[in-house]
Amino acid sequence: MKEIRWHGRGGQGAVTAAEVLAIAAFKDGKFSQAFPHFGVERRGAPVMAFTRIDDKFIRLREHVYNPDYVVVLDPTLISAVDVTQGLKQDGMIIINTTKSADEIKQEIGKDYTVRVVDATNIALEIIGKPFVNMPMLGAFAKATGVVSINSVQEAIREKFRENKSVAEKNVEATLKTYESLK
Amino acid sequence: MVKKILEASHAVAEAVKLCRPQVLGMYPITPSTHIPERLSEFVNNGEMDAKLIRVEAEFSAISSIVGASAAGSRVFTATSSQGLALMNEVLYAASGMRLPIVMVVANRALSAPINIWNDWQDAISERENGWIQFFVESSQEAVDTIIQAYKIAEDERVYNPVIVNIDGFYLTHVYEPVDIPDQEQVDNFLPPLNYKYKLDPTNPKTHGPFAYPVPYAKLKKRNFEDFHSFTPIIKEVHDDFAKEFGRSYGDGVIEEYKNDRPYVILTMGSLSGTVKEFVDSRDDVGLVRLRQYRPFPFEEVRNALEGKEMVLVVEKDVAFGSRSGAVFLDLRNALFDMKDKPRINNGIGGVGGTDITREDLGKAIDELKNKDGEIYWFEMRG
Repeated sequence: MKEIRWHGRGGQGAVTAAEVLAIAAFKDGKFSQAFPHFGVERRGAPVMAFTRIDDKFIRLREHVYNPDYVVVLDPTLISAVDVTQGLKQDGMIIINTTKSADEIKQEIGKDYTVRVVDATNIALEIIGKPFVNMPMLGAFAKATGVVSINSVQEAIREKFRENKSVAEKNVEATLKTYESLK
Repeated sequence: MVKKILEASHAVAEAVKLCRPQVLGMYPITPSTHIPERLSEFVNNGEMDAKLIRVEAEFSAISSIVGASAAGSRVFTATSSQGLALMNEVLYAASGMRLPIVMVVANRALSAPINIWNDWQDAISERENGWIQFFVESSQEAVDTIIQAYKIAEDERVYNPVIVNIDGFYLTHVYEPVDIPDQEQVDNFLPPLNYKYKLDPTNPKTHGPFAYPVPYAKLKKRNFEDFHSFTPIIKEVHDDFAKEFGRSYGDGVIEEYKNDRPYVILTMGSLSGTVKEFVDSRDDVGLVRLRQYRPFPFEEVRNALEGKEMVLVVEKDVAFGSRSGAVFLDLRNALFDMKDKPRINNGIGGVGGTDITREDLGKAIDELKNKDGEIYWFEMRG
């Protein structure tokens, strides 16, 4: 089983990202579970969400304590919360930032694999707004191979089926982050 | 049937829609809120032909559907915690009048202090109110149990209100795969309600009027005796559902998992999933899950626990003044006159949204294996 923790700020759509990843994995023929950090959300405050992916139905319902992957939607969170808390030794951090992986490693001060992508810039360019939650799914797909980019894009189309142009812009941005991940 | 990833609250709303209730008395409260939200969308966009009454508080939510139910309508409401507590007086009226009402309770801690997170104190505090109560493990079971709940409540041999408990956040806010049955299939299983004792101006009658001591006592005695006659009917509905929909949950009353081992965890609700994972990591512990909490399934539990070394009851509530949790009280009662009965211990955890992990379950079992009658508090994390 793979466990993914999403870090974002209230309003950035970390919970939706966790949900859409679950839908994408399910489309790949796997089982999945997604849930927010149980609590009261405030716009701008650090928030978390979680996705579990496995080959069989997921019965486990305890919190995620030792994720395999951490996805960070907002680079300023690194100084606000410990995004590496409980992360497995061989775990990976995928972060939206303009900095290099080495610079992020230094900031974190721990020896984890770090993958970076400037999702904000890609979102501004393609979606026209700094919505990075869907684009970061493309980076996640590329970095981990846990989910296919096709299923991610299908899941986005399903989630935003009531607004086709929003869906297609997100799909395009997802492909761009998939290709731009460093 | 469509299998898709849905938030459990939205799966619940889909199940309610499939049951075609005619009157919804709704008042939102965390963590049940996504249920009335989605139902009001269904009513608003014409997917559901129901009267949704937006009331000013939960007392009115339940009162409105008590009236509608007495008039012969299929009804629904959902609530949590303080909302359920505010309904209290009317819950007794509903069961006293034997109305076929179905309600979902998204379980949450009771104030004070204010806490929005999951535990079972809300439902447990309603254990004497005469409603049938189920606790479910997954989104799928929530969907299936709601459909069964209408069939049970509306059975002439039952005519009794039903609560379907789903853990707040641990289920209500979780996205997972769920089969939403076809409308046609549900329509076949659950025909329109034809409530025999409905209020009808052409054939006037009264529900729940004044009763002098002797008729009151007679009615209460009958209610009390009837209550335990529901269990075989609940099993029957569960079995009919299994035949039609291809899904079952133990015998409909309790579910046993690897229960061929000397130690047993007895619990309810979504925690059972975590317990199953824990059980898989060991060779000495099994699970008995209560699906039906009210009426308490005495016979089934006794049979499932015969010959065991030790039973650990894990519950997210306390019974004030009884020196234990409430489920433990019933279990002790069930085993009272059993020969060679197992030792029983009571693990209390998950209160106010604290998390119970596989590791915590292991520690509890290992510490309590040779003990008897202990009240054990789980580590408080989360």
